[in-house]
Amino acid sequence: MPFIESVDHLTEYRRRVRAARDPQQLQVLVCGGPGCLPLGSEELAAAFAAAMEAKGIAGKVLLKTTGCHGLCSHGVRVLIRPQEISYQKVTPEDVPEIVETTLVNGGIVERLVYHDPESQAPCPHKMDIPFYQAQNPLVLRKLDVIDPESLDDYLAVGGYRTLRKILFQMTPEEVIAAIEKSGLRGRGGGGFPTGRKWRLCREAQAQPKFVICNGDEGDPGAFMDRAVMEGDPHAVIEGMMVGAYAIGALRGYIYVRHEYPLAVKRLQKAIDQAREFGLLGSNILRSNFSFDIKISQGAGAFVCGEETALIASIEGKIGEPMPRPPYPVQAGLFGLPTVINNVETWANVPEIINMGPEWFAAMGTEKSKGSKVFSLVGAVNNTGLVEVPMGTSLRQIIFDLGGGIAHNREFKAVQTGGPSGGCIPPQYLDLPVDYDSLQQVGSIMGSGGMIVMDSHNCMVDVARYFITFLMEESCGKCTPCREGLKQLLAILNDITTGQGEEHHFDLMEDICQTLATASLCGLGQSAANPVRSTLKYFREEYERHIRDKKCPAKVCRKLLTYTIDPNECTSCLACVRECPVGAISGPKKEPQVIDQDICIKCGLCVDACQFDAVKVE
Amino acid sequence: MDLQRLEGILSRYDCQPADLIPVLQDIQDSYNYLPKDELKVVAERLNMPLAHIYSVATFFTMFSLVPKGKHLCKVCVGTTCHLKGGQRLAESVSNRLGVEIGYTTKDMNFTLETVACLGSCAQAPVMMIDDTYYARVTVDKVPKILKKYQ
Repeated sequence: MPFIESVDHLTEYRRRVRAARDPQQLQVLVCGGPGCLPLGSEELAAAFAAAMEAKGIAGKVLLKTTGCHGLCSHGVRVLIRPQEISYQKVTPEDVPEIVETTLVNGGIVERLVYHDPESQAPCPHKMDIPFYQAQNPLVLRKLDVIDPESLDDYLAVGGYRTLRKILFQMTPEEVIAAIEKSGLRGRGGGGFPTGRKWRLCREAQAQPKFVICNGDEGDPGAFMDRAVMEGDPHAVIEGMMVGAYAIGALRGYIYVRHEYPLAVKRLQKAIDQAREFGLLGSNILRSNFSFDIKISQGAGAFVCGEETALIASIEGKIGEPMPRPPYPVQAGLFGLPTVINNVETWANVPEIINMGPEWFAAMGTEKSKGSKVFSLVGAVNNTGLVEVPMGTSLRQIIFDLGGGIAHNREFKAVQTGGPSGGCIPPQYLDLPVDYDSLQQVGSIMGSGGMIVMDSHNCMVDVARYFITFLMEESCGKCTPCREGLKQLLAILNDITTGQGEEHHFDLMEDICQTLATASLCGLGQSAANPVRSTLKYFREEYERHIRDKKCPAKVCRKLLTYTIDPNECTSCLACVRECPVGAISGPKKEPQVIDQDICIKCGLCVDACQFDAVKVE
Repeated sequence: MDLQRLEGILSRYDCQPADLIPVLQDIQDSYNYLPKDELKVVAERLNMPLAHIYSVATFFTMFSLVPKGKHLCKVCVGTTCHLKGGQRLAESVSNRLGVEIGYTTKDMNFTLETVACLGSCAQAPVMMIDDTYYARVTVDKVPKILKKYQ
């Protein structure tokens, strides 16, 4: 890779990269995103390499492992370009057939393409699939076509054009004005206007200033930032460069949680490439702008997603939040002015500057502009990453993109916003998804987790789950959060184990009120949301637990009885082997029986049984 | 104490207070835990009280003051995994290995932990052993997966 000395040199280099590429080049793009990776992306890519070698076409076909292709439930996904044929659930055994039929003969392997669930019509091309048709990707746009470890790939699709544009055609003031005009709001949860944040930081007097990328994606059920950091790391870096130029920062930090080792590796590689190439360092492209980036790894604490706790952690302290004001834009990292935005926010920036703020602002609703990435998971048929314009309804996301509820069950709720969010019931399915309307129904946008629940999910258990999580992650600094969550959890544990009492309703409301008004940081202030929203919309389910000691969804284990149906038991003994307390026994080759006095109601026998013989009541 | 190994780690840093967490991460990676004697040296070199290091080491979940096993098994109990039986999966692994969640087997081969989201929610329930992800793990798959590491 050459060292790029000037803006002309960059243009020339990009031209050469592009000229060397044939648009008709046959390409095999294997998804290596967060969903497909655990299904065996690496083995699949290796199988393609071997099969193409064996066929003698290795030199003619370009094989790449890319970032997330979106439709994770149908992984491992493979995209064949230029035809844009999209294969799903591909295993190494399928590879010889794809190589022969598609790569050699130009045909389609129909059994590996998406089929419309109703008409059964095959959808061989990416854009035939309703999941993709309904989307309008901006941040995820390049994920399925570029090799995240190749700077040339990023340049070929127009990367670092924005850097050139700001350095030589725009003043920092104009950059901030453009971001303000675009209406971009923070994608990490708070929804604070990004442009205003930048302006406040630019106006702060102290020097030097910092930009930070918050990649501490701690919300369970959310993985869009992981996908972006792993799949398009240069976009995050370029976005940070724009921010640094706008506010006058010399140094940036990317804070990544340590549970994401691949994201750390890809970002580090991208930073090294940019440095070697001359896009990070002193007097970038012979301009007056100097900037460099360092990665800071989290050490496992959810609260570090909160900006002041994150900053404390970079400083080498424990991740305890600080009261605001002063806000980080005035006194952030090392007490100096700091802009902190999350991964998706930064990744939006280059395209906004490049295409213009009007283009971005044309998408979305009055107060929420652009598009938003959601991780659509849980009880839907199509799980994965989706990116839709702000204002798209929950119904469109869950039913059109998500393909409805799996196993023909009934939709019960959608949980948005991570542990600080709420559960939204069916009557709000037509709600347009933006910052403000989600708040009106007691939830939040959060970072974009969207967990769909069906009749088999217990809402009391869901509330208990989130309160457990928040209690464990509470840093313990302020009393309402530390003690309030502990008491809430004790009550919810009582309710889910058959010890619930009528007065618990009032007590929970009371604790929620204190938490929301008196906690120090966002973690505590929003910690009541999971309880409040489920109490509001699913009170009847709480009542069943408290009054009848029953869990209608059959989730709360202490309220259930496990028995084995002698007509369906095949005496395979899988449950006997799994039972941790030896509660299951019976004569050989005959139906087994669970001893109710020994059974601890762990439910492992249900999971172990392949014949649905373990009945739950 | 293996001073050379520790020096190798410290030499990569300027030994400023802000280097504390990365230094501890490197020690954790290299030693599989944070040995007390080494922490005393770190306190001296970074010019900070040992108590401060102790507060950081016990605040973050990735640090351990006791040695961890050869293999680290993390069972995801993030929201989606929870809904799809992640907790029961963790219990099943715990039973199979004969070790409580959060602890290390007697032979020091496995440390079993639960983790709040590995980011592969579309394949829930998920578990991870060292750097390998396992997708859609049902309890009947557990023995086969563990066997690879035993």
